[in-house]
Amino acid sequence: MTQQTLLLDPTAERAPSARARLARPATLAGATVGLLDISKARGNVFLDRVDERLAAMGIAVKRYKKPTFTRVAPTALKQQIAGECQLVVEGLAD
Amino acid sequence: MRQMPDGLLLIAKRACPTCALVEPLVSRLAAGDLPLKVYVQDDPGYAGDTGGAAEVVDDRELEHSWLLDIEVVPTLIRVEGGREVERTYGWHRDDWRRISGLPDLGADLPAIRPGCGSKTLDPGMPETLALRFGDVQFASRTIALGDEEDLMEACYERGWTDGLPVVPPTRERVLRMLQGTSRKPDEVLGLAPPDLAPCTVEKVAINAVMAGCKPEYMPVVLAAVEAALVDEFGMHGVLCTTMFAGPVVVVNGPAAKAVGMNSGVNALGQGNRANATIGRALQLVIRNVGGGRPGEVDRATLGNPGKYTFCFAEAEGGGWDSLAVERGFAADASTVTLFAGEGVQGIVDQKSRTPESLAKSFALCLRAVDHPKLAMAGDALLVVSPEHSRVFIEAGWSKARLRDELTSLLTFNADDMLAGAGGIAEGLPAALAGKQVPKFRPGGLLIVRAGGSAGLFSAVIAGWAASGPTGSTPVTREIAT
Repeated sequence: MTQQTLLLDPTAERAPSARARLARPATLAGATVGLLDISKARGNVFLDRVDERLAAMGIAVKRYKKPTFTRVAPTALKQQIAGECQLVVEGLAD
Repeated sequence: MRQMPDGLLLIAKRACPTCALVEPLVSRLAAGDLPLKVYVQDDPGYAGDTGGAAEVVDDRELEHSWLLDIEVVPTLIRVEGGREVERTYGWHRDDWRRISGLPDLGADLPAIRPGCGSKTLDPGMPETLALRFGDVQFASRTIALGDEEDLMEACYERGWTDGLPVVPPTRERVLRMLQGTSRKPDEVLGLAPPDLAPCTVEKVAINAVMAGCKPEYMPVVLAAVEAALVDEFGMHGVLCTTMFAGPVVVVNGPAAKAVGMNSGVNALGQGNRANATIGRALQLVIRNVGGGRPGEVDRATLGNPGKYTFCFAEAEGGGWDSLAVERGFAADASTVTLFAGEGVQGIVDQKSRTPESLAKSFALCLRAVDHPKLAMAGDALLVVSPEHSRVFIEAGWSKARLRDELTSLLTFNADDMLAGAGGIAEGLPAALAGKQVPKFRPGGLLIVRAGGSAGLFSAVIAGWAASGPTGSTPVTREIAT
């Protein structure tokens, strides 16, 4: 059940009201990709395979792990990933 | 006009002692010749002992009360032929007897008892009800948020804020803000730079809500936005410059006092809602309606903290003409003057007791605007404190006299200011060698009086180095309603 709050747009409405997702990068060349294991069963299997594929393409990969999938990532981990990577892949479900 | 049921309409709420007083009369009214409808704002059990003789309507949603424009409970209305012919509110025995046609009604009650406020007028309720049951239309699109979303975070995520939290612009708040002005929501004030987007009264109201304004500030905010959109002010350039400037708002006249603006202690600082939010509303309009954001079109190298908000009132009186009067407005007019200004540079002079000495101090400090070796570039706004202004006023110096003296003290031999002079590469072009140059262009030195009553300190607010027709000229607008 959602009860919507309506806000009035303060802008000149030149952009869509729905926030756009970040654009996908045109290339992975030169980028560092983070692989975030959220500590859910078998997420590591998926991420190991992604790691292999990226490594085969010569793309830098860094691995990270959340302490538990039941909570949001610790702030320090989020800041570390944001400082070290341009993209992140995470496995959300088993 | 709305068709209403013929007969008597009684609007009441249980929590009102006068409504409780007249509750026993409902049976008597219901037994009369006229059909009776009772609308109850809080407790549908009110008048429940009439055995169905009266039709009791649960009006906890307040739709009927709002449509009937009820301000006080109890209200008794007589309707004939679908139209209201008379109403009374509170308990006035003679009125009730006349309206009901029952000459012996309430014989054992006191003659008069005042009523209570209708729930339709509880704080915030008029706007809520107008949106629910009225014909309120906004031109701006609505953004729907789920109940899991934090409203302030949602405003951040959409890029609407200046870095500080904003008040979420709900329709109720915007409707209330629009009641602060008599101007129509769809009136276009001008084109907001840099996108040159039409800026309506409604868009200003939305941004004024976000800035934290009260509705009564709206006329001042509207005047400030209008001034910013005047071509001479050059808001596009003020925004996009790599230099420091932002709009500084100086308010004069009765409107400043009416909304409680600060012209005294800490006038240029924090702590006063009107000062803080009126200046901020202008900046949010430029950001949101105009699309002017730092790092995009706003290319300021350093900026200045006044770009969050910079707005104060002049401490008028003391024998000096106000800025508004000096700029050609009547002494009782309320105005907003916009000045493209930088930060605050203090002038500490605790020893001068003569106007001549103090004027020389001011001139020395004003020389530093932009750079001591530059001239006719940036304007300046000189803010003279009450203790400093007293030195001039007691010696018979008007503001105009002070400006004349400063103009003469700030006319220099260009030779000392040429590029390279004094071992400093910055400076005036060699073509000015041998000439006398004024520090400020004609009309480029504005003087206002503000500040707390203690302190022999004044302040220079340097203008944008592209002051004047090529960049920004101060603009004054009268505050309307």
